[in-house]
Amino acid sequence: MTTNAHHEKKRLENPPAAFKVKIQRREREGAAAHWETFEIPYRRNLNVISVLMDIRKNPVTVEGKQTTPPVWDMSCLEQVCGICTMVIDSRVRQSCSALIDDLLLASGTDTVTLEPMSKFPNVRDLKVDRSKMFDHLKQVNAWIELDGTYNLGPGPHIPNEVAQERYAFSRCMTCGCCLDACPQYGDGNYIGPQAIAQARLFNMHPTGKITEEDRLNGLMGEDGITNCGNAQNCIEVCPMSIPLTKAIYETNRDITVDALFGWLKK
Amino acid sequence: MAKTGLKIAIVGGGLAGLAAAMKIAEAGHDVDLISVVPVKRSHSVCAQGGINGAVNTKGEGDSPAKHLDDTVYGGDFLANQPPVKRMTDMAPEIIYLFDRMGVPFSRTKEGLMDFRRFGGTLHHRTAFAGASTGQQLLYALDEQVRKWEVAGKVTKYEGWEMLSLVLDNHQVCRGLIAMNLQDLQLKAFSADAVIMATGGPGLIFGKSTNSMTCTGSATSVCYQQGARYANGEFIQVHPTSIPGEDKLRLMSESARGEGGKVWVPRDPKDARAPRDIPETERWYFLEEKYPAYGNLVPRDIATREIFQVCLEGHGVNGENQVYLDLTHIPADVLTERLGAILEIYEMFVGDDPRYVPMRIFPGVHYSMGGLWVDFEQRTNIPGLFAAGECDYSIHGANRLGANSLVSCVYGGFVAAPSAIDYAKNIERGNTETNGIRDAELNRQQGINDSIVKSEGGENQYKLHEELGKVMTDNVTVVRYNDRLQATDDKLRELQDRFKKISINDSNLWATQAIPHARQLYNMLELARVITLGALNRNESRGAHYKPDFPERDDENFLKTTIAEYSAEAPVLSYEPVDVSLVEPRKRDYSSKKKG
Repeated sequence: MTTNAHHEKKRLENPPAAFKVKIQRREREGAAAHWETFEIPYRRNLNVISVLMDIRKNPVTVEGKQTTPPVWDMSCLEQVCGICTMVIDSRVRQSCSALIDDLLLASGTDTVTLEPMSKFPNVRDLKVDRSKMFDHLKQVNAWIELDGTYNLGPGPHIPNEVAQERYAFSRCMTCGCCLDACPQYGDGNYIGPQAIAQARLFNMHPTGKITEEDRLNGLMGEDGITNCGNAQNCIEVCPMSIPLTKAIYETNRDITVDALFGWLKK
Repeated sequence: MAKTGLKIAIVGGGLAGLAAAMKIAEAGHDVDLISVVPVKRSHSVCAQGGINGAVNTKGEGDSPAKHLDDTVYGGDFLANQPPVKRMTDMAPEIIYLFDRMGVPFSRTKEGLMDFRRFGGTLHHRTAFAGASTGQQLLYALDEQVRKWEVAGKVTKYEGWEMLSLVLDNHQVCRGLIAMNLQDLQLKAFSADAVIMATGGPGLIFGKSTNSMTCTGSATSVCYQQGARYANGEFIQVHPTSIPGEDKLRLMSESARGEGGKVWVPRDPKDARAPRDIPETERWYFLEEKYPAYGNLVPRDIATREIFQVCLEGHGVNGENQVYLDLTHIPADVLTERLGAILEIYEMFVGDDPRYVPMRIFPGVHYSMGGLWVDFEQRTNIPGLFAAGECDYSIHGANRLGANSLVSCVYGGFVAAPSAIDYAKNIERGNTETNGIRDAELNRQQGINDSIVKSEGGENQYKLHEELGKVMTDNVTVVRYNDRLQATDDKLRELQDRFKKISINDSNLWATQAIPHARQLYNMLELARVITLGALNRNESRGAHYKPDFPERDDENFLKTTIAEYSAEAPVLSYEPVDVSLVEPRKRDYSSKKKG
C-alpha cells in the first residue's frame, strides 16, 4: 500500500462561502411548527452543534428577522451521552458528530435541515422528552440483582469473547435513534429494540441469567417483542452499531425456549 | 433516639452522585436525586481509559500502598494522605463490585479482569471496558439506582438545576432550591442532608474536554453561600485532546497506556507525511527525557513538554499539534482495546488513527480543586457534603489518569454513610426552617425576574467566550503573575458587563437563556477563585507552573489554599497538608528508576 488515501477524510473540495441551516421551530409542545432558515459563513470542521451555537449568539434569519435562539439539548459532544439526537437531513443521529462538510457532500445542496425526533414529545424547537425510554428499561429489569454492595469479592470468570459481545450491547446510550426510525414504535404499542437489547445484555451475564425470566416477562406483554416487524431500520441508524436485530432474534428464541420448557422448572 | 425515614438530597447524577444514592437507598433511606440531564447522560460517560485499583493480578507485586505512593507523588504531595490511603485500600473492592454489577470489563485468557498501564505508575493497575470505561461504570450505577427508583427509595428530578442551598439562621443546610428547566418553576427541596456531586467547572475555560453541563455553577453557589473552596488554582490540562470548534475532545491516556508514542519531526520544516519520516528523523521527546516512564509520565509533565515543544516551533507543520502515533500496533488489537476513542477521532477529524498518526494538543480537562471537605466528605457547612470532582480531596496538585473514576465512587461511598450519620442526629426542620425556605425561594425567583428584565444589550454568550479565552490564555499551562492580575481585572470587567445582559429570548418556556445566565454569573465568581489562587501561589507544583517560580516550595506552600467568599474578592487562607503517611520528596520522573 503506497497511499493512505482511504484512511484520510474526504473533504468538500470547493466549499461555499456560506451555507444555510433550516430549522423546524416549535414554541412548546402542541404548538404549530414553523421553519426558519439561517445563513452561516463556512469554516472547516464545523459540526451541527457549533452552527447552533453560532445562531444562538446572533439569532437572525436569512430574511434579516430577529428571532429567539433555537433550543436544543447537548452535553458530551463526543457521541457518548446521546442527548443531542435530532433528525438531520431526514436521518436521525447525534448532532455533535454530524459534520457540515459531510452533510453538504452527501446532499449536494447548500442547505442542512434540522428537525426534532419524531417519536417523542417535542418540548420546544429541537428538544424532545425521551423519559419513556427509561421506563422501558424498568419494564425489562435492566440490571443485575445484587445481594448487597458490600465486599463479596470479584464476579464470575467470564470468557473475553462474552465480555466483548456484552460490551457491544452495553454501549447503548439510550439515544432513541432505533425507536425514531422503527416503523412499529409509537403510541405505546411496542417497547422497541433498545430495551430488548438491554434485556439481552443482562441475560448474557452469568449472574443476570439467574433472573432471566423477569426480563423475558417484561417483553411478553402486548407491547412486547412480537411487535417487531423486522424492518431492520434500527441497525441502520444505531450510532453505536449495536447488533439490535441479533438481540431481538436471540431474545425471541429464549422466550420460545422458556415457553416450551419453562414449565419443567416449575 | 435514632430517627428513621431520612431524606437526603443529592445534586448530580454522575458516578459520585449515583454511588451515594445507591448506598443511601440500600441503607433504607430516601433520596431526591437532582440532575440537569437524565443521569445516564452525565459527564462520567466521557471517562475513557479505566479505573485504578491495585488488584495485582499480573504478578507485579502491586499493592494499595504503592497506589497510595504513586497517587500522592503524582499529586506533588498536596493531597491530605489519609483519605488517599482509604481510597487506594478501597479501590480493589470497588472494582470487584462493578464486576459483580456486570460491567463488561476486558478479560484475560483465564477469564479474569484485564488490567493495563496508565500514566504515573509502572504497574498494570487500570481495569477497563474497551475505551469507554466511564460510560460502562456510570451505566452500572444507573441500572442499580433505577432498581431503587422502582422500589420507591430514589426519586429522580432530571432536567432540574440547583440554584442555591437553603441555610437556616445557624448556617445549617436544610435543603436546596432547584429550577425545572422546562417550565422554569422553582421548587424547594427539604432534606436532612445534601450531597453535592456536580462534577468539574471546565466550561469556565470556554472550550475544554468537559461536557456542556460542567459549569461548576452549583459548587460556585455553595461557595457564595459560605462553603470553603480549596485548591481552586489546580486545573489539569490533559496532554492529548483534539481541538474542535465547539469543544476539545479527549484522546484518552489509554492510547499511550497501550503503547502510543508521542513525537514530532526532528526537522520542524519536514513536510513529509508522518509515515514517510524514518525513525531516526523523529523526535520522541518524552521517551528521550523520561526513559523509565516514557510516554506515560504524569499529565502535568506531558502537557508542559508538548506545550513547550510547540512553543519552540517544533509542532507538526509549525502548528500547535504533535503526533500521537499508534500505527505500529496491529489494527485488530487497537480496535478491541481502544475502539471507542479511535472512533471518536475518526468521526471528528476524519483520519483513521489505526493507519495515520493522530494530531493532538493539550486541553483543559479536570479540576483537582473543589469544595473543601474533611476526611468524611463533610464541607464546612453542617448538613452539606461533597463527593467526586466537585470536592478537592484526593488528587493534590495533579491527578493521575484512571484515578478519577475510583475517586468519584470512593467519595460517594464515604459521603453516603457520613450524611446518614449526620442526618440521624440533627433536629428536624421546624416552622422556622419553613420560613427560611420560602424566603430563599423568593430570593431565587427575584434573581430570575431581574434577568428577564435586564436589557443592557450585552450578549451573554459573547461574555462567556471572552471568559473562556482569558482563562485559557492565562490560567492554564504556564502562569505569570502580571497576566493573572490582568485576568482578574478582566473578570471584574465581565462581572460588571454581566449586569447589562439582554437574554434575547421572548419565549420563557424551556428557554436556555436564563439557566445559562445564572451559570455564567456563577462561573465568573469561581473563575476569580481559580485565578487569584494561582496569583497567590508563588511556586510551581503539579499542574500549577510559574516560570518565575520554577521550584516547588514546601516551606511556604505545602499548604491547601482555602477560598472564602466575600463580595469584594475571595478571601484566601492556607491550611497545612496531612503528610503523615508518605514523606514528601522531590518529584523526578526523568531518572531510569522510580522516583
